[in-house]
Amino acid sequence: MSKHYQIVVVGGGPAGLAAAIKASQSAGVSVLLIEREARLGGILKQCIHDGFGVVRFGEKLSGPEYAERFIKQLAQTGVTVSLFSYVTRMRRGDKGFDITYVCKDGVQNVTCDKIILATGCRERTRNAIFINGDRCAGVYTAGAAQNLVNILGVMPGKRVVILGSGDIGLIMARRLTLEGAKVIGVYEAKPTPSGLTRNIHQCLHDFDIPLHLSSTVTRVFGTNRLESVEISKVDDKMRPIEGTQTTVECDCLVLAVGLIPENELARELGVPLDNRTKGAIVDQNCQTLADGVYACGNALHVNDLVDYVSESGETAGGAAVAESKRKLVPVTLQGKLLYAVPQRLDVNSDLSKVIMYFRASDELSQQRLTVSVGGKTAFTKVYNKLLPPEMERITLDLTGVDLTDGEVTVKLEDK
Amino acid sequence: MEMVCIVCPNGCRLDVERADGQIKVSGNKCKRGEIFAVTELTNPMRSVTSSVATTVAGYPVVSVKTDGEIPKGKIFDLINLLAQITLTQSVPSGTVVARDVFGTGVNVITTTDMEVTNE
Repeated sequence: MSKHYQIVVVGGGPAGLAAAIKASQSAGVSVLLIEREARLGGILKQCIHDGFGVVRFGEKLSGPEYAERFIKQLAQTGVTVSLFSYVTRMRRGDKGFDITYVCKDGVQNVTCDKIILATGCRERTRNAIFINGDRCAGVYTAGAAQNLVNILGVMPGKRVVILGSGDIGLIMARRLTLEGAKVIGVYEAKPTPSGLTRNIHQCLHDFDIPLHLSSTVTRVFGTNRLESVEISKVDDKMRPIEGTQTTVECDCLVLAVGLIPENELARELGVPLDNRTKGAIVDQNCQTLADGVYACGNALHVNDLVDYVSESGETAGGAAVAESKRKLVPVTLQGKLLYAVPQRLDVNSDLSKVIMYFRASDELSQQRLTVSVGGKTAFTKVYNKLLPPEMERITLDLTGVDLTDGEVTVKLEDK
Repeated sequence: MEMVCIVCPNGCRLDVERADGQIKVSGNKCKRGEIFAVTELTNPMRSVTSSVATTVAGYPVVSVKTDGEIPKGKIFDLINLLAQITLTQSVPSGTVVARDVFGTGVNVITTTDMEVTNE
């Protein structure tokens, strides 16, 4: 007979750790945490730079230190942790869900009442952004390069071109420079840098690394190893401009071109996804539209701060231990919003502290965000400046608001 | 002159004016911005994170950080110093691997708990 757990958490990064800890705090709840790597902590293990935990702990921790706080807390709970374990199948069964995973002891089958998906993100690759050219060695995603340098102690190259000016690209530019590589430049297809201004300064300016905006890599050359890349200027629709090509010699191309939530398991469970976030559609308790399946952290939407990843893990872990009979109402978006999470509200559960995350679709100033129910304003806030790379978080108190037949709308408009 | 404060993710744009040996700062949302602008002009300081080699199984390198700020001009000296260090046994997070670097009073400490198996 398969072992039964009340809750199975998939993924031992910041979201999964927080979810497992929170769930285990309810008396008598059995929790299994499944992690595919050798150690808990997820991507934080290789994010050795500091700046994590400013919201939650009020201090600037490195990634491994932030993870360690949760790993130590987890050790005090009754959560069963299974490392080197990879889930190969999940489906509904007689006792909730049947889960199959592979680990050092072989193939395991367990059953559970609820599943929490904390599977994080994957990086976009060269194929995802259609860079043509030779199939040579030396092209890495930023996360792969970071793993080589910070975990394995191996340098990915000597002369490096970085594509993408998000925080990961900027931090890798500094890291590779410190370890002795020549970072020739950071190239960004957008007309403005994607990362935080402070990272432009402390990662690029401090080390005289040039930033080239409205430019992208259009081709790579190299027989065995990368020898050069072709850089093109792009127009305002980010299309390469013919005749602007230049060649830059390098032996390493680092792609910091975005993250996509990893949702293979969610799809297997029939969880509907949101086209905007690329993650599951959830209610305020992080429960997906598939009853009993929860999603949190970067698997739900790409967060900019780990503090919010932990927060959504706690939301999922806390809610998954409770029984619920849901009545969902949709949240409709209006105006220049890239996305908002949650996309549904469960009127049968607590509405006093609904945490909502959103991003603006453009760089905007003097904006008013309004949450209304049935045409009545329930929440409003003015923002001087909104940027797509910066996620915003609001807390709504909707107790006493009649949500039963009123439409819930989130609207962003000029003030 | 213009400057961007790097103390926190707000990244305030600072307007810094130098007159009669005085430094006047505006545009900062908090007191730390002013302190940052003054030290940035007189003696810029940075926290540094990096890694050191180890001979412990599963840990080719282990992450480290300065437990305070060192002069910006000493960053590469520090990296060269760290290149000389090899840890030969597993140590918990927070272990000092270089004490009082360049007489700054700042130590370099590990930030990963190596006592967890990594293979």
